[in-house]
Amino acid sequence: MLKVDIIEHGTVVDHIQAGMGKKVLDILGIDEKSGNRVALVMNVPSQKMGKKDILKVEGVLISAEKTDAIALISPRASVNLIKDGKVVEKKQAELPESLHGVGKCPNPNCISMQEKAAGKFHLEGQKYRCEYCERVFKPAELL
Amino acid sequence: MDLISFRDLDKGTVEKIFGIAEDMDHQLERKKVEKLDGIMATLFFEPSTRTKLSFQSSAERLGLQVVDFLADRSSLKKGESFTDTIRTVDGYCDVIAMRHPAEGAARLAAEVADAPVLNGGDGANQHPTQTLLDLYTIRKLKGKIAGLNIHLVGDLKHARTMHSLVYGLGMFGAKVTMVAPKGLELEEHIVHEAEKKFNFKMESRDSIDLKDADVLYVCRVQEERFADKYEAAKVKKEFTISADYIRKGKKDLVIMHPLPKLDEIPAEVDAMPQAKYFEQARNGIPIRMACIKMLLEGA
Ligand SMILES: [Zn+2]
Repeated sequence: MLKVDIIEHGTVVDHIQAGMGKKVLDILGIDEKSGNRVALVMNVPSQKMGKKDILKVEGVLISAEKTDAIALISPRASVNLIKDGKVVEKKQAELPESLHGVGKCPNPNCISMQEKAAGKFHLEGQKYRCEYCERVFKPAELL
Repeated sequence: MDLISFRDLDKGTVEKIFGIAEDMDHQLERKKVEKLDGIMATLFFEPSTRTKLSFQSSAERLGLQVVDFLADRSSLKKGESFTDTIRTVDGYCDVIAMRHPAEGAARLAAEVADAPVLNGGDGANQHPTQTLLDLYTIRKLKGKIAGLNIHLVGDLKHARTMHSLVYGLGMFGAKVTMVAPKGLELEEHIVHEAEKKFNFKMESRDSIDLKDADVLYVCRVQEERFADKYEAAKVKKEFTISADYIRKGKKDLVIMHPLPKLDEIPAEVDAMPQAKYFEQARNGIPIRMACIKMLLEGA
């Protein structure tokens, strides 16, 4: 396995569905301009998932809201917050019951699209219903 | 309270609306309607003369004053945002009845307006007063909804109110049979949602057979939905509700249609006692009166 430095202060997102690592970076808003030291390891063999991506971000403790957003594209992801080289919090990404301001309705005829209103969704089974147009979408469609 | 989506209503609330509508019916019959105070604004961002007239007439019957926002002639053309328009109109009235081509528009309006909002149609999404008047009509003519055989016939996929109607029929325990041309069936997720929520099963058929039907609800089949002209003509013929079809059905069959109807129901049927679609449209008045009253009184 590739060697990646242990981080002192930051976040490790593990068990990302293989191929979704770059999307997680997008959700976190990390790019060349943000200047964080980032390691994205892709296609790591995993017993649970076959293959997975792992992301390590130095200097950023990601918020609960962002953790929810990660769940939309990778429901099995876990988020580890690290301070002084120790894991201080481990959170399992989970599809939230409701989404407010996270995600956009993909229906072009939805008023939330046309008026650029913040998206509002609630979970029904494994899918989200838009509170405006009342259509149902797969979680990943909202990003 | 607002009235945005049939999905927001529980059976108790729907029955309460029916109760007020019944009372309105009696008051209208006696030509003595208890008057309310206030102003209703109608905001129709897309034309629908019938629905708007029905809302306006209902408000006038209740003694309300009506102000009408003409979308084509006012600030919309100047690029004012939808929510700004709603906030402005909100200052002029006590209740808003609106229609908009975008889905969710009434929900967003209700979020920004203090006045209660009545959804008169938002894109392909909801038109709750239509569903209420459809159910009210069945209940009024048949005395009940539970256990009745309701046949929904025609283009169920594009009929605007079909998804909330099957939801409402499920809520009241009707037996539903869907008869649609191939490719124009009601979308599966809509069928599933209603079936799961109300724990019942709808039947699907591909041809009309009215033998056991108590209610026949007809939707238009539009030629534009077919690529093949011959196929369109054939299906249109098959889905035209002729007087012959009706004579083979129960004597007390009730035929409904959301109107306007074209040739899917030939004029000869209009005179038959089974034809109830004009009465159905009339029921829009007590139902909309009931909704306006309920919203204004904040109950
Ligand atoms: Zn939407």
